[in-house]
Amino acid sequence: MTRKLIAAALCAGISFPISANADDLAEMKAQLNQIQRDYAARISALEKRLAKAEADAKAAQANADAAAKSATTATATAATAQTKAETASMSVETAMATLQESLATASAPPPPPPSSNNAFNPGISAVLNGFYAASSHDTSTARIAGILLGDDTGLLPRGFSLGESEVTLAANIDPELTAGLTFAFDSANNVGVEEAYLQTTDMPGGITLKGGRFFSGIGYLNERHAHNWIFSDQALPYRAFLNNQYGDDGLQVRWLAPTDQFLEFGAEAFRGDVYPAASARNMGIGTYTAFVHTGNDINDSSSYLAGLSYLHSDAQNRDSGGHFFTGGTDLGIGSLVYKWAPGGNPTVQNLSLTSEVFYNHQSGTYDAIAFSQNRWGWYAQGDYQFMPRWSIGLRYSALGTAKAPLALAGTELDDFGHLPSAATALLEFDSSEFGRFRLQYTHDQADLKPNNEIMLQYTVMYGPHAAHRY
Amino acid sequence: MKKILIASALALCCTTPAYANLNVFACEPEWGALAGEIGGDKVSIYTATTGAQDPHQIQARPSLIAKARSADITICDGAELEIGWLPMILQQANNGKIQPNNPGAFDATSFVQLAEQPVTYDRALGDIHAAGNPHIQTDPRMMLPVAKALAARFVQLDGANAATYNARLADFTTRWNAALVKWTAMAAPLKGTPIVVQHHSWYYMEKWLGLTEVAPLEPKPGVPPSSGYLAQVLGKLQATPAKFIIRAAYEDDRPSKFVSEHAGIPALMLPFTVGGTPEAKDLFSLYDHTISLMLGALKK
Repeated sequence: MTRKLIAAALCAGISFPISANADDLAEMKAQLNQIQRDYAARISALEKRLAKAEADAKAAQANADAAAKSATTATATAATAQTKAETASMSVETAMATLQESLATASAPPPPPPSSNNAFNPGISAVLNGFYAASSHDTSTARIAGILLGDDTGLLPRGFSLGESEVTLAANIDPELTAGLTFAFDSANNVGVEEAYLQTTDMPGGITLKGGRFFSGIGYLNERHAHNWIFSDQALPYRAFLNNQYGDDGLQVRWLAPTDQFLEFGAEAFRGDVYPAASARNMGIGTYTAFVHTGNDINDSSSYLAGLSYLHSDAQNRDSGGHFFTGGTDLGIGSLVYKWAPGGNPTVQNLSLTSEVFYNHQSGTYDAIAFSQNRWGWYAQGDYQFMPRWSIGLRYSALGTAKAPLALAGTELDDFGHLPSAATALLEFDSSEFGRFRLQYTHDQADLKPNNEIMLQYTVMYGPHAAHRY
Repeated sequence: MKKILIASALALCCTTPAYANLNVFACEPEWGALAGEIGGDKVSIYTATTGAQDPHQIQARPSLIAKARSADITICDGAELEIGWLPMILQQANNGKIQPNNPGAFDATSFVQLAEQPVTYDRALGDIHAAGNPHIQTDPRMMLPVAKALAARFVQLDGANAATYNARLADFTTRWNAALVKWTAMAAPLKGTPIVVQHHSWYYMEKWLGLTEVAPLEPKPGVPPSSGYLAQVLGKLQATPAKFIIRAAYEDDRPSKFVSEHAGIPALMLPFTVGGTPEAKDLFSLYDHTISLMLGALKK
């Protein structure tokens, strides 16, 4: 008796949504006939609703079928339900046929617009970054022998510290432009505009223009945000010659050749207010660059990217710890990246090998004493994911500094005959593609005294995060 | 003379013979194959990924950017399947035609009803797709609305060959409908079969063939299983036995091998897309081989 009651109740419950569906369908069909005369584009939205209604009706029909088997008293109700469901399906089919005819002439249907007033909010994403560091020497006075450093190149303080945290707002401006704004918060609670740029999306001929504040496209690692570096810190040549990475206010043009071989040319002009430039020389165009990148697949499993870059910058009274440099810097970079993943599938295992060579020429005055120096630098690094979530990395970087002229002996420009180098090993665990934990050991011989440093780092990203570069 | 030499050198290196009217950049092999069915020799197709690659995780390699530079249309799955790499390709390809919302950006999932839209959007749930489950190609019935929309898009971009595209669509639809009848008959013994899946990417196939998913081998979408989780799955399989385990060709075989050995049921590598197995040469043989692999496992 109880079972019968439940079955009857079930059927009563089931028949209701079916009649609701039938009503819905009749209404939708009426709407449809009207809309057909107006906008072909809106038809697809209705089609989706119809398809859902049809699926619902079918599901209800199936339930009604099952219920009919289990209870005899409910048969009549179930039969009614079935008929209703069938009528519903049939009317859906008729409507679908009408729709399909009209769709044949309709073009790509846009989705129905969302109604809320925050629908056009930009994508907001955040990056959190933090460290624990232990080192054999006090890092606060660390320098690189023979190099006038920029102010972002200090080593991590001992103990816990908050790394750079970032918030990025990105969206399309209109059909021709896209924009990105990245705020960087450092551990001392300073907020900086790291990037604020607009970029074209629809220029003809493979050209892209980018303007505002952004990281230069020179080298391989320069354009990467800190949270996307392969190691916890930058290789020595980037620290020594580019203040970790060069970003400034300016304009960039890139052209991608219409060839199967990836071949990209770029040129930039910047204000020249940050290291290695200073004081926005040349009427506010203190830095210019040019670069070419080329790359391709070698086979199914491996690919490469190579590049040549050049940067020239002028500086007036660039302050390095109370000493002033005025003059010009030329920097050339040769880059080579090789990546391997079995069958091109990096999910389980993958390897990337990167090496860059730097040549730096600096001439001008140091505290009003004229000098000219040629320096070089290079690094080679490998990063190997040996199983999902786990990877190891090795990096060696070195600089060839120059002897200071006699008048500047003993100053920061004097390398005291020491060739700076650093060897780094890394173990990384990724909790997902948005969470990363690293243990990094560096034997650092950049300064005159060697330093051993161990770092623990976390990097997490949340919000809609942009896809990663090669 | 010099000028002529330079001009001919340029002509040699920089002109590609114009066989096809449309350059197609297909994100996945199934859409490349469908583009071939509809476009025939009027389109030149570059397929960006293979059946051995996880379409969620592709590196934005230089070769892909170069190919996207000269594409007239991208044919992708959409529904955020390619979100980890396609946006970077589009950003670097400097090609306005294929930017999102232009006629040259074709997303297959826009033309079918997606299932499994998440109720809450939270990364704690794993690698979820906000628009719903994007793996529509596991149900061949999905190909018809996509084929129709694709033909319409080809006509929009290359009106001169409209007759060809429409004729090929009609021909494909006829052959596909016949194949659907064949597959439904072939797969009838699979109805109600309990299975284990590696990743939750077979939803549409399960609905099509009436398979019952007992458990996925991932605790959450995109999260690799721990040994503890696999032990849980084995426990579940004792209570609710499954007939076999399925995984896509690109997926790590270790979890399914482990469960296969311990639960004593076969682990199958299904093609998932065209080229996933050597037998899955085109769209038709993709489903032929998928069904025959499962039927084979059922007999064991």
